[in-house]
Amino acid sequence: MNTFLLMCWEFFKTGLFAVGGGLASIPFLREMSIKYGWFTLDQLTTMIAVSESTPGPIGVNMATYVGYEMFGIAGGLFATLSLVAPSIIVICIVAKMLEKFKQAKVVQGIFTGLRPAVVGFILSAVVSIFLMALFNVDAWKASGAVMDLFKWKAILLFAGLMAFNHFKPKLHPIFMIIIAGAAGLLLGF
Amino acid sequence: MKKLWNLYVSWFKMGLFTFGGGYAMLPMIQREVIEKYHWATEDEIMDYYAIGQVTPGIIAVNTATFVGYKVKGVIGGIVSTLGVVSPSIVIISCICGLIQNFSDLPAVQSALRGIQVAVCVLMTRAVINLYKKGVKGIPTFVIFAAAWVLSTFTNISTVILVIIAGIAGYVLYSMELKKGGEAK
Repeated sequence: MNTFLLMCWEFFKTGLFAVGGGLASIPFLREMSIKYGWFTLDQLTTMIAVSESTPGPIGVNMATYVGYEMFGIAGGLFATLSLVAPSIIVICIVAKMLEKFKQAKVVQGIFTGLRPAVVGFILSAVVSIFLMALFNVDAWKASGAVMDLFKWKAILLFAGLMAFNHFKPKLHPIFMIIIAGAAGLLLGF
Repeated sequence: MKKLWNLYVSWFKMGLFTFGGGYAMLPMIQREVIEKYHWATEDEIMDYYAIGQVTPGIIAVNTATFVGYKVKGVIGGIVSTLGVVSPSIVIISCICGLIQNFSDLPAVQSALRGIQVAVCVLMTRAVINLYKKGVKGIPTFVIFAAAWVLSTFTNISTVILVIIAGIAGYVLYSMELKKGGEAK
């Protein structure tokens, strides 16, 4: 088969079988690297790093990256479209069913359980972002000094942004991201 | 047409200013989808996230498709998804073509560490808002706490946790309906 079509097919499969977000697609990309040799595992590590440090969902960034490396702009575009096509199909079907059965007692009941669980999952993600952004567990473990556990500049910025957010709650999240990015850059985080 | 354009632009913005996975998009979704355009409620977003966990595909994309479908059917779903992936396509193509070792650049690292702090602030607010909506009473608190502990400290797949939570919710709901019935 033509490599371009094969690449599209592989990304379609990834979109169809990688359940649970962008990081779930990494094993599929590893397999592509090993099976076809389209890119090396070293390149994959770089792709993951770039995908995490650029805006947009990680899974989408990785698909664009792989496609671009293989076939330029058209490759990036089609790899991404192939990746999201299964989502569009599956979710449209689920959404249609949901519309129909939303009032059913079974569905209402299931969602009473799902909503608090989702809050729990998100809290878990928030805690790990906090650990990454404000604390330096490795340095603390290495030196044993409690002071090394905290990223002081980040904590000060956090306090500042929290206060800012409290007094200007209507401010769009985009501005918060821009201010914080600029602060990180200027203060040399 | 106007609605489709709004969907595209709004999801483009959300894609452009989200760093990291689907959860990091939540503060933006709250502002754009819930507060600004009233395309969905907090409860619905939580439902979409839960379904997004057990269906194939990237959660951010699944959520975009869901919201788009609700507003304007299949075409709405497609337009929203194209919106959320467009910034990635443009940015990654530029970076691949122009800059080597992008993520190793000290300036990029510094800016990202700053952005992580903003994500902490935004997510704190988002999670408090959702907690108020999703956790009401002791039984739902137990589900919330169990989901948090299990997803943090064990390797049990989120898919399994979602299924268990769904069953627990159904049992709980039926029990409450029964109790309500007897009270009458």
